[in-house]
Amino acid sequence: MEDLWCVAGAIFQLWMVVVVFFIMLPAMFGLSLGVTGVYIQILVKILEWATIRIQKGRQEQPSVPVPLHTGIIERARGSMEEQMGQLRCPRPPAAGEFCLSDAMYFCKKGLESIVDDQVTQRFSSEELASWNLLTRTNQNFYYISLRLTIIWGLGVFVRYCILFPLRITLAIIGLSWLVIGTTLVGFLPESSAKKWLSELVHLTCYRICARGLSATIHYHNKENRPQKGGICVANHTTPIDVVILANDGCYAMVGQIHGGLMGVLQRSMVRSCPHVWFERSEMKDRHTVTSRLRDHVAAKTKLPILIFPEGTCVNNTSVMMFKKGSFEIGGTIYPVAIKYDPRFGDAFWNSSKYNMVSYLLRMMTSWAIVVNVWYLPPMTIQDGEDAAQFANRVKSAIAHQGGLLDLAWDGGLKRGKVKDSFKEEQQKMYSNIIVGQNGIGPPEKCSQTKEDQ
Amino acid sequence: MGSRASTLLREEEIEEIKKETGFSHSQITRLYSRFTSLDKGENGFLGRIIKIPESPMCRRVVVSFREDQVNFKGFMRTLAHFRPIEDNEKNKNPPTSEPLNSRTNKLLFAFRLYDLDRDDKISRDELLQVLRMMVGVNISDDQLGSIADRTIQEADTNGDNCISFQEFIKVLEKVDVEQKMSIRFLH
Repeated sequence: MEDLWCVAGAIFQLWMVVVVFFIMLPAMFGLSLGVTGVYIQILVKILEWATIRIQKGRQEQPSVPVPLHTGIIERARGSMEEQMGQLRCPRPPAAGEFCLSDAMYFCKKGLESIVDDQVTQRFSSEELASWNLLTRTNQNFYYISLRLTIIWGLGVFVRYCILFPLRITLAIIGLSWLVIGTTLVGFLPESSAKKWLSELVHLTCYRICARGLSATIHYHNKENRPQKGGICVANHTTPIDVVILANDGCYAMVGQIHGGLMGVLQRSMVRSCPHVWFERSEMKDRHTVTSRLRDHVAAKTKLPILIFPEGTCVNNTSVMMFKKGSFEIGGTIYPVAIKYDPRFGDAFWNSSKYNMVSYLLRMMTSWAIVVNVWYLPPMTIQDGEDAAQFANRVKSAIAHQGGLLDLAWDGGLKRGKVKDSFKEEQQKMYSNIIVGQNGIGPPEKCSQTKEDQ
Repeated sequence: MGSRASTLLREEEIEEIKKETGFSHSQITRLYSRFTSLDKGENGFLGRIIKIPESPMCRRVVVSFREDQVNFKGFMRTLAHFRPIEDNEKNKNPPTSEPLNSRTNKLLFAFRLYDLDRDDKISRDELLQVLRMMVGVNISDDQLGSIADRTIQEADTNGDNCISFQEFIKVLEKVDVEQKMSIRFLH
């Protein structure tokens, strides 16, 4: 019995030595031993091999469905007028311009939306063209070949038994260090030394946490990094975005005060440097929110605010509508584009499917997280532009840089019902087609389309 | 997402649906994924479809599924009406009954969009109701009434002031129904 305890104790000590000296300390100082780099390269080779095997296997077993990320259906192009015109001719309708076939257009549009619409597909994980050896992405593929199954089994073992304990240890160390460190710094009087120490504490903690997720982050255009007194704006995929960005600079966070573990973290963080936390009741009052943020920005010495204007997590294939509230505060906007590499792990947090804890566990048992972060040049609102247009401009810049689709849909649609105004717009357009702009039916409308054909 | 949901749909069911509707295996599994993602309560049927940008006829389309709660087979049957008619299908062994996506069946589907009480006749009231759905509040009752009257006048050949299915087919005989009531499903 004693021997067992001795052995266990020795293993534990060895484990802690490895973790502390080889991972934690270099992480704190921003150095890297290069192990992660090698790991990623090996992974890429294995995944490429797996792709080739799957392609060969698919030729032998054609019943395996092919995942497609281009959608289920192909949509017809053209406006309502064009499509209806095509539907009606060659038979020109009598006066009144209504044709029984018009209902077909709406019916088809309705069904197309039911089968495949632009919004809901952004709130589920991206489908990969091939398989990345994680069961959660695709359950069909590991029946294809024995070798693939063995590699997959090995992968499960490596991820769950070797990487996962390592990552959990790092995460616990990182978070406790954050709480302890910020509380200690909070006791110091206000001075530049305090600021410097608080930045150090925050940076080191986030670096340890990033190692805890095996995150490899590539920062581009570091000269455009957000400055003090500015607002940093980024696309939102997961709560981990915060860790990714904070690895390279200190930000003031904005958000609701939660209870539990998050609440402890938030309260201790605000002791060492000014973050902006809201009570739940305050968040509903837009003026309070905006004025607090404005005060923060006006004091040019405070850290840049980090805001995610989409308001919700989107699956990293597109950027949804930016809420204009963040763009009304004033100050310089520093846009940042974040793109995750989906081969190594799916970073999207589907909050309706997974809660925070299971999401983090999934993250810690993926291969790795590989991210590209682009800092874009700062933007300010121009004359004659209102907040909504400015928001769209910033959104396009971010989408363009990150290679994401730029959508005008509101991310809030994932939870709420669609506004009636969409339907009303369509109804108005159709009424114009039937009776014309001034309420009197112009019969020349169909001859126009006839000429076009 | 992805192909996860396909494990819940049994092979025999897929074969059945394939024979009845003509969709390919991969199309059926992808549509099943879509169905389950719309089926929020995981009940195996769609009670209400709420999360889609509403086209004016959306509610009508949903009702055209013909039941209060749509299960996956019903969903596929409705979608089958919108499969494009492919030329090479006509050469294969002719099916025992008419396929769901034939021209006649597509027209029947469109007819049922108007025929609200399912009595196989489109009355003036029914036409008015559907028109009202499509134009919203933008056209007055009188104008809408005259449009409906004109349409029925044109189509009605037996003088009963209603449009029967045969009259409906006649009115639309020159319209390219096959093309316009088709959704191209990718595989």
